[in-house]
Amino acid sequence: MKQLLTLTGAITALMSSKAAIAEYGLNMTKGVSTISGDIYSLHMMVFWVCLAIGVVVFGAMFYSIINHRKSKGVKAAHFHESTTVEFIWTGIPILILVAMAIPASKVLIDAEVLDKADMTVKVTGHQWKWQYDYPEEGIGFMSNLAQSSRDATKLDDKPENYLLEVDKRLVLPVDTKVRFLITSNDVIHSWWVPAFAVKQDANPGFINDAWAEITEEGTYRGQCAELCGKDHGYMPIVVDVISKDAFATWVTEQQADKAAAAASATKTWYEDELFANGETIYNANCSGCHQKDGSGIPGVFPAMKGSNITNGPAADHLNIVINGKGGMPSFKMLGDADLASVITYERRAFGNNGSVVQPSDVTSAR
Amino acid sequence: MSTISAVAAHDDHHGPEKGLLRWVKTTNHKDIGTLYLWFAFSMLLLGGAFAMGIRAELLHPGLQLMEPQFFNQLTTMHGLIMVFGAIMPAFVGLANWLIPMMIGAPDMALPRLNNWSFWILPFAGAILLSTFFMEGGAPAFGWTFYAPLSTSFAPDSTDFFIFAIHLLGFSSIMGAINIIATVLNMRAPEMRLMDMPLFVWTWLVTAFLLIGAMPVLAGAVTMMLTDRNFGTAFFDATGGGDPVLFQHIFWFFGHPEVYIMILPAFGVISHILPTFARKPLFGYSSMVYATASIAFLSYIVWAHHMFLTGMPVAAELYFMYATMLIAVPTGVKVFNWVATIWKGSMTFETPMLWALSFVMLFTIGGFSGLMLGIVPADIQYHDTYFVVAHFHYVLVTGALWGIIAAVFYWLPKWTGRMYNETLGKVHFWWAVISVNVVFFPQHFLGLAGMPRRIPDYSLQFADFNYISSIGAFAFGLSFVLFTYIVVDCIRNGKPADSRPWYSAKGLEWTLSSPAPYHSFNTPPSRADILAESQHS
Repeated sequence: MKQLLTLTGAITALMSSKAAIAEYGLNMTKGVSTISGDIYSLHMMVFWVCLAIGVVVFGAMFYSIINHRKSKGVKAAHFHESTTVEFIWTGIPILILVAMAIPASKVLIDAEVLDKADMTVKVTGHQWKWQYDYPEEGIGFMSNLAQSSRDATKLDDKPENYLLEVDKRLVLPVDTKVRFLITSNDVIHSWWVPAFAVKQDANPGFINDAWAEITEEGTYRGQCAELCGKDHGYMPIVVDVISKDAFATWVTEQQADKAAAAASATKTWYEDELFANGETIYNANCSGCHQKDGSGIPGVFPAMKGSNITNGPAADHLNIVINGKGGMPSFKMLGDADLASVITYERRAFGNNGSVVQPSDVTSAR
Repeated sequence: MSTISAVAAHDDHHGPEKGLLRWVKTTNHKDIGTLYLWFAFSMLLLGGAFAMGIRAELLHPGLQLMEPQFFNQLTTMHGLIMVFGAIMPAFVGLANWLIPMMIGAPDMALPRLNNWSFWILPFAGAILLSTFFMEGGAPAFGWTFYAPLSTSFAPDSTDFFIFAIHLLGFSSIMGAINIIATVLNMRAPEMRLMDMPLFVWTWLVTAFLLIGAMPVLAGAVTMMLTDRNFGTAFFDATGGGDPVLFQHIFWFFGHPEVYIMILPAFGVISHILPTFARKPLFGYSSMVYATASIAFLSYIVWAHHMFLTGMPVAAELYFMYATMLIAVPTGVKVFNWVATIWKGSMTFETPMLWALSFVMLFTIGGFSGLMLGIVPADIQYHDTYFVVAHFHYVLVTGALWGIIAAVFYWLPKWTGRMYNETLGKVHFWWAVISVNVVFFPQHFLGLAGMPRRIPDYSLQFADFNYISSIGAFAFGLSFVLFTYIVVDCIRNGKPADSRPWYSAKGLEWTLSSPAPYHSFNTPPSRADILAESQHS
């Protein structure tokens, strides 16, 4: 009986003011894409149908439990068969299901089929970060969990948007049909932004697609939805949706930054420059497995500290980082200067005594 | 365990062996049923302890108790132990105890196989649990062990996990063969198939599901083994394989597996409701046909677990329609149960409370299942706590509820003693309230966007996680009382009549309590069978 009270409580909560729903997060979001509202409506429709069936079935049960009890002196009836009612309660559910299947099929086809996209973003899952590439604009970057969240996992004081903030956000224009090409570099991930009603598995070696046309500017947050290993809970997605003009400006800036990064890769860096830049990159990209202090996890992730790779010839070290090895993914998507920095950091930090690696070494090793 | 020997003491012409070796060498269906039930119960407590660890970490946001890798090991082992160690062996235990008694047979058809299929389990369980102590830790890729996380990216202990799964599969297949052979060959000569009680029917269907599904699981783990160790690339795209192939194979096993865990519970409920409503089961034959339909449909809906893997739209539509179709026979069952109690003369002893709450809570799990089957909505539900809530409503308040209901219902027959009815009711209300506190808020967490299998969460999920964790601790504690009630019944219970529930029907109630060591030495007559059948 208690369970029905719980249910009733939940329903009352669901039916109470919209503000309460937003505040306590009891229900699915209506979202901001052209499809998400339809999915929300479908969800609510199915919910109300289930609720109605529940009221009828549980109502009959409770009526029976209250009235048909021995303590009230009721004598049991003896009926135990009726082909007619069996037909009725086979037939009516079929009709209800058909009535649900029709709108569901329509929304599904709308959500899955896209004739022509205005732009494309390639999303690549890595353990445990996302890579975003804009193939038409020629730009791309990694998006890691923000350091503020990473530092706060064991503190009582949590930063704003704890676990839902990144170091570099995906940026998209509003009112534009964006096609997402989703894949993975290692295990299966799943790229999910609830407000867009986009959730799609990222399978290594295959490309899935999804699309969204976002109708409101703003910042939207999501998380990886498929268990992808140790830090599955620590690879959020943050998307800034901005006006088309602002997006064009942002693209130009990114292209300029990329050109500057390419130029810096040709100069020779000082060791402390490499080391400082490398520490940031290491903490964002490598410390998830090899640990912040380079100790690794015995049996799973090798230690950086005192290892033959970090203290041995630079060529072997470059080869592993650029091409990957076994469970270790390739990091060739990082720029030459960044790779040189992080490799130098790994070879000089944690008491290691390996040689310094310059961006030009990375260029020739590729 | 020694207290159980009281069961056998009444049998004077062909009793069990003395001492511990009795349990090692036994070929008796009741001894083996007892072994299965105690094993399942100890695994339930262990898997429950893992769940307590999970909920303790999730009590507050942030990492308080464990590292994410260990959290993943706990969720993985919780799922594996509960599915393969607790629920499945418990139902095999019930089948061992009950099926021979219900069909008028002296024992199971293949007693030595029966002994073997049980004694594989403790070793498989020990191998699985030993992975916690290996370098790199236990498997941490979820009980669904999707490749390549479970192949190229898994710890070395995964090979032990694969071996354990193989052993568990042998055990299940042998158990299923034994049940099919028993039901088809050992029935009282006068008992026709459509005279069989529903627990026997649902188990017969379940046994066929096991024989169909377990070899597929064995195939999946064998492919994993060769991918990991012998250079094949079934699930590796760089070698021409496909990680999604793994999911197809896994769920071709996994979906029938879901029904393997629930169909016998359907059978149990179909016994308890008529007894305490004092009215025959409504629609016996439609219950049998619905069971068979659910079993058939369970083989053709597997990809509804995979709507987001990048399937073509046509496949999504097909799997959505087929999945929705399962609601029809399942609905028939629920409606038949309601019609069974309708105009009955009900009393509310402990087994009845568990059975009635099963019907309601399982139905709630069925509703969320229907919602999950709607593909566009599943885009939002998939891999969130909504799914966690759904499958715990069907597996905890479904499968486990059926097992607990069965334990209270048949405990007098097994032990010859009555449990404490007051404590039984206290335990029921404690468990049914707390279980809803655990799992109902998880619906909201999922809808609000909390992914499953995360050790830490952002702050807007804090309140419901706190409530859920508190409920979990209370629910976990209720099993201490359950243990006490069962042990107290075995040791101090008042002697039970051969038919402790006066309105109960079934051949098992024609035997003395506790049941004799060999159930029926002479098969029951046609008149006895008809008098005890569920459809008269």
